[in-house]
Amino acid sequence: MTTVQPTPTSFWNDTGKTGITSWIFSTDHKRIGLLYFYSTFGFFLVGVLLGLLLRFELMTPGHTIMGPATYNATFTVHGVVMIFLFIIPGMPGAFGNLVMPIQIGARDVAFPRLNLFSWWLYAIGAVIVLTSLFTGGGPPDTGWTFYVPFSARTGTNVSLAVFGVFIIGFSSILTGINFVTTIHRLRAEGMTWGRLPLFVWSIYATAWVQVLATPILGITLVLIMAERILGAGLFDPTRGGDPVMYQHLFWIYSHPAVYIMILPAMGVISDVIPVFARKPVFGYKMIAFSSLAIAAAGSLVWGHHMFTSGMSDTAILVFSFLTFVVAIPSAIKVFNWVATLYKGSISLEAPMLFALSFILLFSIGGLTGLIQGAAATDIHVHDTHFVVGHFHYVMFGGAGFAFFSAMHYWLPKFYGRKYAEKPAIIAWALMFTGFNILYFSMMVLGLKGMPRRYYTYLPEFAPLNLVSTIGSWILAVGLVIMLVNLFRGLFRGEPVGQNPWGGATLEWSIPTPPPTENFDREPVVTHGPYDFTKAGVP
Amino acid sequence: MTHENTAHHIVSYKKLVMVWLALLTLTGLTVWVAQHNVGIGHVWGSLAIACIKSGLVVAFFMHMKYEGRLLRWLLFLALATLAIFIGFTFFDVLYR
Repeated sequence: MTTVQPTPTSFWNDTGKTGITSWIFSTDHKRIGLLYFYSTFGFFLVGVLLGLLLRFELMTPGHTIMGPATYNATFTVHGVVMIFLFIIPGMPGAFGNLVMPIQIGARDVAFPRLNLFSWWLYAIGAVIVLTSLFTGGGPPDTGWTFYVPFSARTGTNVSLAVFGVFIIGFSSILTGINFVTTIHRLRAEGMTWGRLPLFVWSIYATAWVQVLATPILGITLVLIMAERILGAGLFDPTRGGDPVMYQHLFWIYSHPAVYIMILPAMGVISDVIPVFARKPVFGYKMIAFSSLAIAAAGSLVWGHHMFTSGMSDTAILVFSFLTFVVAIPSAIKVFNWVATLYKGSISLEAPMLFALSFILLFSIGGLTGLIQGAAATDIHVHDTHFVVGHFHYVMFGGAGFAFFSAMHYWLPKFYGRKYAEKPAIIAWALMFTGFNILYFSMMVLGLKGMPRRYYTYLPEFAPLNLVSTIGSWILAVGLVIMLVNLFRGLFRGEPVGQNPWGGATLEWSIPTPPPTENFDREPVVTHGPYDFTKAGVP
Repeated sequence: MTHENTAHHIVSYKKLVMVWLALLTLTGLTVWVAQHNVGIGHVWGSLAIACIKSGLVVAFFMHMKYEGRLLRWLLFLALATLAIFIGFTFFDVLYR
């Protein structure tokens, strides 16, 4: 490994501005990517803290540290923060911005100012959501789904929280438009669609979902405001409204949103595994097209959230069938990742360990999803802790672990320094162990009949709830070790060279940290993203 | 899409006023449909009127009639997505 110190041309020290203005008014995609990274990851830590408090409450039956009203508000804010302030904007905003333009050989995104505006919208929306916690009737207590009729009637500060999420939705749409345009128009010479890194393919599929589905969320949130402020009666059956229609509208966006969360994560895994297996990825075209297939088919399955809501049997049949269809492109990805590992020269460093965990945890999350996709079994597990466990396997075990993998894989490129490997592996082991203790227990509790969204439970559920809470502590310890090691390494660790992992994609062909305009001259791409031999990587 | 198409086409006031009058007429028709019991035709009639109205707005007020093929395709993609979303809710609404 060669050692390269930051040069004067590095994006860290060439803006002519200093202090915070060199960041919050910068149009450089790398600076905006880091803005997104720190803001979204900050909210992730807030969400973790709230999650730990929820688990602490559930450690014993009855009142442990909070009563029912506080518990309702805490799980609502946990959900809103994690979904709308971390997972949805996190991966596209942070790593999509940091890495995607470099991977396609571009100097920046297509609309740099719009990119900065997107972050500002996100920041403004986040401030409004935070304000809703401390003003009006206090934090919203509806759950992150804002279901009517409760959300139309509760005295808590739902209106402001909904308005904040509405603003954040526009940020997501603008990022999607920017990324679609960038990938279409700014690819370097020779960067054909068949040579796009799979992370770029996943960001591309995600961007289309952001553009096409997010407006529905905006409309839905406006309708909640119309209910609360104008008393429109859109979802009130006594006035000709339909409460199930709200659920349709909400999930038309929010199920595709699950794919906004998981598709970029799959892209990270598709980029990490070939590098650490020293093999070209197996089934490149199928992985690329499965991203588009997941984006398209995943947008048509929202009704599986409503099997017990009074929806028609015909709709249940259609949405159940489509849900099973989505499993096909998801399984294509998993099989191709495993086939890539087969007979590879596998190197078990931190990014790879998180990526391998992703495959297992996402598979468990996906397969338990099918239990809910089948209408008959869903009736048994609906609104139980089984759903909570399943959801966290996909979102935390999937998107979260992929985010950690991306942090270890790409952040050293942008900081020029690297974390220590041994503590990173210890942290991973603790997190993986704690994660499974925490969430697998939840799934068993759900199968036994423990409902979600209650601050207490029957005494027979106590032992497994204690186990689950202990799991959350193990996970938290691992997380702290990971963060201390990673950030200590990024600021004071061993310097890294241009290509510390031996990757063949374009970001590894430029200096570390990257210059402001990424490339001295426009690159000409002559090989595929995982063609290590032609890239000259041993 | 040529530069002339996007930058220099001006829709005449006469045409804009005619479109506006058509929109007002269709709005009146929507109100009429809502106030008269026409069975399932109530839903389909309202949807058809809404489609015609939005079509007029998109074609003339948003200049899509004078745009090139790429923008029309992008618009079609968005509209097709919306139509699928709305259409799929009818698997529920029509069969309850």
